[in-house]
Amino acid sequence: MCLGIPGKVIEIEKNVATVDVGGVLRDISLDLCQDVSVGEYVLIHTGFAIQKVDEEEAKETLDLLRQLAEAI
Amino acid sequence: MKFVDEFRNKEIAEGLIQRIQKTSTRPIQLMEVCGTHTVSIFRYGIKSLLPEQIGLLSGPGCPVCVTPNNDIDLAIALSRQKDVMIVTFGDMMRVPGSTSSLLKEKAGGGDIRIIYSSLEALKIAKENFGKKVVFLAIGFETTSPTIAVAILRAKEEKLHNLFFLNSQKRVPPALIALLQSKQVKIDGFILPGHVSTILGTKPYQFISKEFGRPAVITGFEPLDILQGIWMLIKQIEENRAAIEIQYRRIVHEEGNPTALSKIYEVFEEDEGNWRGLGLIANSGYRFKESYRQMDVRNFDVEVERSREHPECLCGEVLQGIKSPLECRLFKKVCHPENPIGPCMVSIEGTCHTYFKYQ
Repeated sequence: MCLGIPGKVIEIEKNVATVDVGGVLRDISLDLCQDVSVGEYVLIHTGFAIQKVDEEEAKETLDLLRQLAEAI
Repeated sequence: MKFVDEFRNKEIAEGLIQRIQKTSTRPIQLMEVCGTHTVSIFRYGIKSLLPEQIGLLSGPGCPVCVTPNNDIDLAIALSRQKDVMIVTFGDMMRVPGSTSSLLKEKAGGGDIRIIYSSLEALKIAKENFGKKVVFLAIGFETTSPTIAVAILRAKEEKLHNLFFLNSQKRVPPALIALLQSKQVKIDGFILPGHVSTILGTKPYQFISKEFGRPAVITGFEPLDILQGIWMLIKQIEENRAAIEIQYRRIVHEEGNPTALSKIYEVFEEDEGNWRGLGLIANSGYRFKESYRQMDVRNFDVEVERSREHPECLCGEVLQGIKSPLECRLFKKVCHPENPIGPCMVSIEGTCHTYFKYQ
């Protein structure tokens, strides 16, 4: 039920964003996550963007994970 | 970056598992609260990769599973009214009530439709003015803001034929109930990533401050889960208890204030009724006065007396007290084609996950 999937914002018109999820385009509501730009990723839950995906944080997490894995 | 495949890297996973093995010195039990975590843990075989002394318990984080029978019976009773149409998320169709299910009612002619988003309920209501459209509103904090948006829009658009059977739940009070339980020992929580996207860290502070347990808000890919587990073990080994975020690409300390404000514009906190856990203070919502006309509980409808299968252990499974493997019905009478309890219906249900992967 709490499933969320990341999708890339392709187009924004008023309160609706068209997002690309694995090659499939769908329209989602931006009522809950308004500060979004084309090209950014958002987390989608039941037809709504519920948060932006922070690319910098994702990279930092992956770097940390690599360090943790390599330093064994 | 697609934010999925990168977090499934085998080499990093192997390194993390070694690090977990090196850090862990004592037997502990962690609970993954969320059903989506349970599915990932089984799908990627994470349990079998961990040292034996690290136990993982599945928690009550499946909204379909914790919806009590009397709410399902109410939905079924409503679906039998000629002027009512039920709209619901798909998983609820097959959940057995006391003597029927929405799927059986639909087969018998009930007007019941599956929707993917709360906004579809608005659209359907607009297209069916002759019907009272009842949305079976279940979900945790991830879903509640989306339901609140539908309610706000319905009011704005003066839509008088859309109603809500509100059975939504709040996660943090359920964690208090689990921590107070004498039947289950939990050394730390793997907290639900998407519920926490909305909540942030503040509503969980009691876990460390009042109960002295650590908790880590964790994502759903295998590397997320392994890192979350390692962060918990590290806290326990260092005798620390804090609320930490592993899922930093999505979750912020403050959560999603816009989403939270939508929830509290429409609802106020109230006692919630959970399958297995029973009544828990402040774990549910009731409509605020100005939205109460949309509450389907105002309808005058006769509902059968609720009863559950006497041997179904779903209630105990939801609290981490019993494993599905201890249930006499599991795989014999109860399976996804013929679910006896909701834990076998939902794809996030612990029994369904055990059936599929164990």
